[in-house]
Amino acid sequence: MDVAIEARSSESVAGPSPTRDAGLIARILAGERELFHELVRPYEKGVYRATFSILQNAEDAEDAAQEAMLKALRNLRHFRSESRFSTWLISIAVNEARARLRHARVLKFDSIDEPPEEEENRFTPALIRDWREVPLQALERSELREMLRKAIASLPEIYREVLVMRDIEELSIAETAAALSVREGVVKTRLLRARLMMQKILAPQLATRRSSGLFALFGSKAGGSWF
Amino acid sequence: MVLDCQHVWDQISNYLEGEVPAELRDSIDEHLAHCRHCAAVLDSTRNILLLIADDRTFELPLGYSARLHARLQQEIALGDAF
Repeated sequence: MDVAIEARSSESVAGPSPTRDAGLIARILAGERELFHELVRPYEKGVYRATFSILQNAEDAEDAAQEAMLKALRNLRHFRSESRFSTWLISIAVNEARARLRHARVLKFDSIDEPPEEEENRFTPALIRDWREVPLQALERSELREMLRKAIASLPEIYREVLVMRDIEELSIAETAAALSVREGVVKTRLLRARLMMQKILAPQLATRRSSGLFALFGSKAGGSWF
Repeated sequence: MVLDCQHVWDQISNYLEGEVPAELRDSIDEHLAHCRHCAAVLDSTRNILLLIADDRTFELPLGYSARLHARLQQEIALGDAF
């Protein structure tokens, strides 16, 4: 069973159903264009998260998110219902953000010929002896949110993309591969590295912060099951 | 099958996805039962993934939704979007 996703799904509210989306799309294409607002409202945060994760700048991320939404509206007739609307929308957003990143590099005269090299060497995670769960409630603290965002920002682009699509936007491996135009095996390899990089960056920090009192509020519940 | 720590780390992502064959999964579980380091690596990785997936990790800029829908409305009002 999918351990991470099983736990996550119990936390999050299920998104709109494909039937709801299909019904709205049919009505929009038939002329009720105002319904596009309703169609995309549940996904607007996800679209922003995806563009922000790639662009790392709030203003650029908002521009890219708006442009992605406009492209979705203009191309709605091309949407094929074999995929989820949310997946299609997030893919547009990711590709919009990637295109802007490439464009920014051209302006800075950086090379865009080759993406960063995939490292062949095996990766070593942070070796810690014990892990006490950091509860989701700790996200109320801005320091923790900032720490997580910085860790994501520090990943090389090819790893950040798969982490955002699979672990934040919850696209499947196959959907992530299709959106990035790479093989599923490539997504899995990058995902392994991205996840272990996150562990290597964050586990020592979180363990230190916890012992220094940042999460003292939750100390009495440490060791229990939070998820 | 006896696994060393590196083998377990190589499979952590697939393990979290639930994509490890049963026999290998059993071997990993056996290793985890005896290796404190690998158990902590798995637990911390899983916990960190749950934290970054939470809605609160990324805050929307103030007014984002209003600006987005105002822009969409301009496009919708054009009437020739399709």
